[in-house]
Amino acid sequence: MTLTLGLFIVLAAVAVASAVGLLVSRNTVYAALFLVLNFATVAVFYLLLGAPFIALAQVTIYAGAIMVLFLFVIMLLGADALPRRQVLPWQRPLAIALAAVLLAEAGFLLFQRVHLSANLANPEAAVNTTESLRTLGMALFSQYLLPFEVTSVLLLVAMVGVIVLTKKVKGEPG
Amino acid sequence: MENSGLFSLVPLIVFLPVCGLLVNIIFGGRMNEKAIGAVASAASGLAFVVAGLLGFALWAGRGEAVVVPFADWIHIGDLNVAWNFRVDSLSVLMMLVVSGVGTLIHIYAIGYMHEDVRFKNDTGRYRRFFVFLNLFIAMMMILVSGDSYLMLFVGWEGVGLCSFLLIGFWYDMDTLGRPSFANSNAARKAFITNRIGDLGFLLAGFTMFWAFKDLSFAGVFGGAEQLASISPGVILFITLFLLVGVAGKSAQLPLYVWLPDAMAGPTPVSALIHAATMVTAGVYLVARSAPLYTLVPQAQSVVALVGGITALFAATIAVGQYDIKKVLAYSTISQLGFMVAAVGMGAYVAGMFHLVTHAFFKALLFLSAGSVILGLERGHHQLAHHGGHASPTPHQDPHTPGDQHAEDVFDPGDMRNMGGLRRQMPVTFWLYLIGTLALAGIFPLAGFWSKDEILLDAAKNFPLVYILLTAAAFFTAFYMGRQVWMVWFGKPRHPAAEHAQESPKVITVPLMVLAGLSLLGGALNLPYVHTLGKWLEHTIAAAEHEVEVAPWLAVSWGGLNPFVALLSLALALVAIFIAWLLYGRKPLAEGQKDPLKKLLGPVFTVFERKYWVDEAYWAVFVDRYVDIARFLANVVDGRFWHDFIHDRVIAGTYNWLSRVVLDLHVDQQFIDAIANGLGRLTTRISASLRRLQNGFVRSYALAVLAGVVVILGYLILK
Amino acid sequence: MTVQTIPLSWYLAISALLFILGALGVLIRRNPLIIFMSVELMLNAANLVFVAFARSFGVLTGQIFVFFVMTVSAAEVAVGLALIIIIFRNKHSIDVDLMNSLKG
Repeated sequence: MTLTLGLFIVLAAVAVASAVGLLVSRNTVYAALFLVLNFATVAVFYLLLGAPFIALAQVTIYAGAIMVLFLFVIMLLGADALPRRQVLPWQRPLAIALAAVLLAEAGFLLFQRVHLSANLANPEAAVNTTESLRTLGMALFSQYLLPFEVTSVLLLVAMVGVIVLTKKVKGEPG
Repeated sequence: MENSGLFSLVPLIVFLPVCGLLVNIIFGGRMNEKAIGAVASAASGLAFVVAGLLGFALWAGRGEAVVVPFADWIHIGDLNVAWNFRVDSLSVLMMLVVSGVGTLIHIYAIGYMHEDVRFKNDTGRYRRFFVFLNLFIAMMMILVSGDSYLMLFVGWEGVGLCSFLLIGFWYDMDTLGRPSFANSNAARKAFITNRIGDLGFLLAGFTMFWAFKDLSFAGVFGGAEQLASISPGVILFITLFLLVGVAGKSAQLPLYVWLPDAMAGPTPVSALIHAATMVTAGVYLVARSAPLYTLVPQAQSVVALVGGITALFAATIAVGQYDIKKVLAYSTISQLGFMVAAVGMGAYVAGMFHLVTHAFFKALLFLSAGSVILGLERGHHQLAHHGGHASPTPHQDPHTPGDQHAEDVFDPGDMRNMGGLRRQMPVTFWLYLIGTLALAGIFPLAGFWSKDEILLDAAKNFPLVYILLTAAAFFTAFYMGRQVWMVWFGKPRHPAAEHAQESPKVITVPLMVLAGLSLLGGALNLPYVHTLGKWLEHTIAAAEHEVEVAPWLAVSWGGLNPFVALLSLALALVAIFIAWLLYGRKPLAEGQKDPLKKLLGPVFTVFERKYWVDEAYWAVFVDRYVDIARFLANVVDGRFWHDFIHDRVIAGTYNWLSRVVLDLHVDQQFIDAIANGLGRLTTRISASLRRLQNGFVRSYALAVLAGVVVILGYLILK
Repeated sequence: MTVQTIPLSWYLAISALLFILGALGVLIRRNPLIIFMSVELMLNAANLVFVAFARSFGVLTGQIFVFFVMTVSAAEVAVGLALIIIIFRNKHSIDVDLMNSLKG
């Protein structure tokens, strides 16, 4: 029993639990908070996997920006629970069944078919935080420059689009 | 033979009249009446000249028959009929008679028709008459000059057609010019009755072809003797059915009924066709078929009896007739009976001799009767439009033909309207008298010689026929005497007769020629000389079978038996005397009944009503035929075929089939079901599939997930 | 202290579980915001796989890819939320089941 293993199990449990919490909570805010917890857990996973930059980026972008955005919109729209109304009665049972099947398939594939015997190396081994960051930056600005620039354009477009979409036309009830 | 060149002229006897009629058809519209008549008469006259040349050539060649081929006609399998001309003594004799008498009648007709078309108010028809007359001459020539039974039949049919055309010449009006179908009915009657006779001829012809494979005279006569020894029944059949044809064409019992009605035609037609030429075609046929008839004596007896009975029968009817032409018509039938009896008994020379002399005096009588009728019509018109002035020529009648000025209907042919005409029409009177004496058989006119030959042969071979013929001769003399006294003597019984006028020369001159022939015609076959007999010997082998006769019959002064001759002469004189007693001593007054009626009573009525034969035929044949036709038309065709089969069965079945079966069951219930069912199936499928598109995003996502699961499953299971 | 390493397949299993849970969320929930959040959960699961494999193979490519995925998902969230606001403006309700005008 090591620290890593125990940490992993705990983290996995929390991750799954928060995901389930997102799934079932009636209150939208609670669901958002569950998701934030999930993101944090995943960030720790990244750390365990020796990707410090990504882990922090995860926290910053996902938990910090995106979820705040979500909460703003929840605030705008109201976190009321939707009235109970079943238009598609078969939807829930069928979805659960299919998900179960999919889980079984995935499990089968992972543990019976595909043999991934590789053990992941220790995080401290051969990983220098500053070094990995530098390498990442170098790769990003040399080899992956084009996607980088395109992504920046994408962000610009998204911003402009959002503003255009939500602009109120004069006289339109909002 | 140097004369063979003349024989090649023989097609001209047919084609000269054809040219004549073509000229008249094409150019007749621009020719005046005299020209039209001249062309027609010239055509006939030239044919007579050619016939004369042929006769001369034949005589120079010792009378041997010559066949002149003209054209190939039919050549199918076994049947090989060529159009050949036969020039032998019999055919040349007929050619001469036909063209000779025919030419005289053409000339007569120039004058006769000139007046007739004016009395009937249709001068445009003048040309047509001469076209038909020339056509008749051409057809008759084909008949007598043919070398086979088929060519004879072609001419036979052709003269039948011309007879129809000419009897019905005034097809839309009667004798007095009023609208009427009487003439066309008479023409139709002639044609149909002739047709029945033609059927007999055709049956005989078919049998001949079946037996001999050949229709030419040479072929048939050549094979006849052999066939007769094997199966005489065939020859008997042929000859008896030829007799049917003869009965039709030559007006014997029972097919004579058309000839009296044929008097509806203009008088030249009656003279030419129904006295001199066409009706003698039957006699010619029997004479030509002599080789066949001599092989079957039974047929000969039948022919002779038919002729004899007809002769007496018709003579009795003639006694009771009032129309001048009807008397002559029945007289013709009677005289034809003489001829038929003669050739039936095998006395071919006697028969042909009588044919020739009869042509002379009967044509003379008919034409003179025509002259009388014209005379009365002239008188009638003069009275009607000039009130008494003597006008030598009739004028164009401005009134319609049907205008009678409120007079009673006037029949110019009725002898009861005549009387004392010998004062008004002296020329015609003497000519008529000559004809009468010739017909009655008074010595030394032509009829005496020819009739006596027949009587002698009958007495020797066929006593029964001799009695019949002698009785007929007695009646002949009687009714001719009656006619003469009624027409020419006494006082006129009608104003028209009072004012009757003599006919012009163009009419009387041909009559004079005929009268001369009637006077002298006996010279053709005088006893001891027998010119005609020797002439015909080349063609017709006279089978002289010597029979046992009584001694008084065996006396022969060169062929003439004095007892028979004197007996017949005496009978004729007695008959004329009786006629004088009845009609001459006290001439008939106006409106008086016929004295014979008082004498004989119902017997006279039988004669007058022609033994009711026409009525019997109508009732038995014609009306029954109409009944059958009506039955077939109304019941069989109308009710059965149309109403039942057509409308109910066929149309009804179709309707039922289309409505009930096809429309209702097949179309609506079956096919529509399929078509509609397909549509509904598609609709239901699509309706059910449509529900997948429920618009809910979540269910689309579910579908995507399901797809992923399936694919993964597939990958796993692979 | 000896640190035992965790097999790769475990990380993949976790990732699969998170992914499936995210899919369930998309299918079951009617609130579009929750659905959106579930989609983010799914994206996260994918990111986890990338990083796990990057570590497994010892390259940085996976991490770079995660970098880009994060960027794109941020843009996508912004636009998506804007759309949800617009729809709310029109329909005055955020029940996904009410948006079925594409119904065939």
